Amino acid sequence: MKQATIKTEHKIILNWINKDASVLDLGCGDGELLALLINEKQAQVQGIELSETAIHRCVAQGLSVFQQDIDTGLSEYADNSFDYVILNQTLQQVKKPDFALKEALRVGKKVIVGFPNFVQASARLQIFFKGKVPVTKALPYEWYDTPNLHFLGIADFKEYCKKRNIQIENSAFIRKNSRVKLFPNLFAEIGLFVCSKQVSYQKKPALQ
Amino acid sequence: MEAIHLATINQALQDSEIKHFTFANPPEELTLESGEKLGPITLAYETYGELNAQKSNAILVLHALSGDAHAGGADGWWDSLIGPGKGLDTNKYFVICSNVIGGCQGSIGPSSINPKTCKPYGADFPLITVGDMVNAQARLIDHLGIEKLLAVIGGSMGGMQALQWMVSYPERIRSAIPIATTLKHTPQQIAFNEVGRQAIMADPDWKKGHYYGSTVPAKGLAVARMIGHITYMSDASMAEKFGRRLREDKEPFKFGAEFEVEGYLHYRGDNFVKRFDANSYLYITKAIDYFNILNGKNLANIFSGLKAKVLVISFKSDWLYPSYQSQEIVKACKLAGVDTTYCEINSTYGHDAFLLETEQETQLIKHFLNTASNAHNGVKQ
Repeated sequence: MKQATIKTEHKIILNWINKDASVLDLGCGDGELLALLINEKQAQVQGIELSETAIHRCVAQGLSVFQQDIDTGLSEYADNSFDYVILNQTLQQVKKPDFALKEALRVGKKVIVGFPNFVQASARLQIFFKGKVPVTKALPYEWYDTPNLHFLGIADFKEYCKKRNIQIENSAFIRKNSRVKLFPNLFAEIGLFVCSKQVSYQKKPALQ
Repeated sequence: MEAIHLATINQALQDSEIKHFTFANPPEELTLESGEKLGPITLAYETYGELNAQKSNAILVLHALSGDAHAGGADGWWDSLIGPGKGLDTNKYFVICSNVIGGCQGSIGPSSINPKTCKPYGADFPLITVGDMVNAQARLIDHLGIEKLLAVIGGSMGGMQALQWMVSYPERIRSAIPIATTLKHTPQQIAFNEVGRQAIMADPDWKKGHYYGSTVPAKGLAVARMIGHITYMSDASMAEKFGRRLREDKEPFKFGAEFEVEGYLHYRGDNFVKRFDANSYLYITKAIDYFNILNGKNLANIFSGLKAKVLVISFKSDWLYPSYQSQEIVKACKLAGVDTTYCEINSTYGHDAFLLETEQETQLIKHFLNTASNAHNGVKQ
């Protein structure tokens, strides 16, 4: 695959992942990102995907993938069994995002989350001026045929992480294939985060 | 015209003749899992395609309960999957299929002659297991000079044999494709088989298994097959195939086969009797009922250390070997860190889907085998 065709969000994710890392992609779709991770990072990858046609496309690329519903959990994986678990464009589509993220954080040392920012400026304008549910580049679906079950913004996710003691180690925001530096909650179409379990600082026992 | 002619010739060349391999001649009989000794053992087998110089392109096809060695070629039970350009591409791979021990299509079974008595074994044939079937196949693979198979592949009981290869001979396979199968037979699966066995044994012609040379227990075996066929289909596939349609040539008898579905089951039952031995049906169903690959081990350890790649396939409407059983296989593979792919094919054909949905299977199997064979040859994807 040529560098030029790599999506901006995939480029950012690739940069975050170390060489030779082990990666589990939840909702891996056609396996585009998995193939990149193998080629660019020599990563040990596994993918989970619900759609049968997507599984066929993954197998056609020589990828090892499982047809599975993430909502049933990841009980067959031990804690911290992957360096990274990826939930890219998946979290807003699962029935129980809270449970999915909890499971991802359990089996992965780090979790990369990517989702469309529902409260991006053009969406806000559509709601305000048209009085209709927004249809944007990052959220291209009509209300009656959207695979998205949950709608969240960047501020929502940050607040959620705080509430759940999830540490945000890194983040990136994208609008029209380039990085957004200012007011991401207003301008970004896509938010990307590297999350990890909050390390709880325990007081060292005083030396006797 | 010429092209068609050539294609026919090529097809004829690809079609295999049945071959036989005999081993375990006394005093070196094969020790069965039961501890009993069996020999000499003859296996009937067919091959398709050419074994390459490195002997690295061999695929062993494993048949289901009523299958035989004739998997490919005209009337082969998996002809849609085996052949030039097909899922198991005989232009690239050397495909082998053998009749299991206990069978009745050329391999040793209860209808074979017992060298000690010079009469058919009948019910004196020892109980066999899926493990025994696989041990015999390993001897055939030795005989063919193949150290490591590129793949073992099979559906239903064939899938059990694939799982058995993963456990008994992990170092002799580079990949495995268990389809529509299970780690162990469940009470429901055993129950259906038991009804079939009771039908055979209730037939007065069964004579405790010693019926060779006289009338065979045809009625009993036909009923067993009818029960089997019900479990191989699905509610939807039966409704689509037969509906509530009545037969045109119904018999002038109150309880004759009036509905098309009845006629179909009768036809299937009667046809089966012509090609299958009732005692083989008893022995083979027992073997799959006893099948439990875990055998006291826990799920996490059963495949540990397995280097082979695994492709697990199930079918949505298969209620005889439901998808959750394939997911258990996948779970065991994941726990052992085995490189595994799992796909549930959306089909309405029920358990029969593994023989019918070959277009979908072909897509998966073709690419999977490509990856497995390239990995061996050091080709980067």
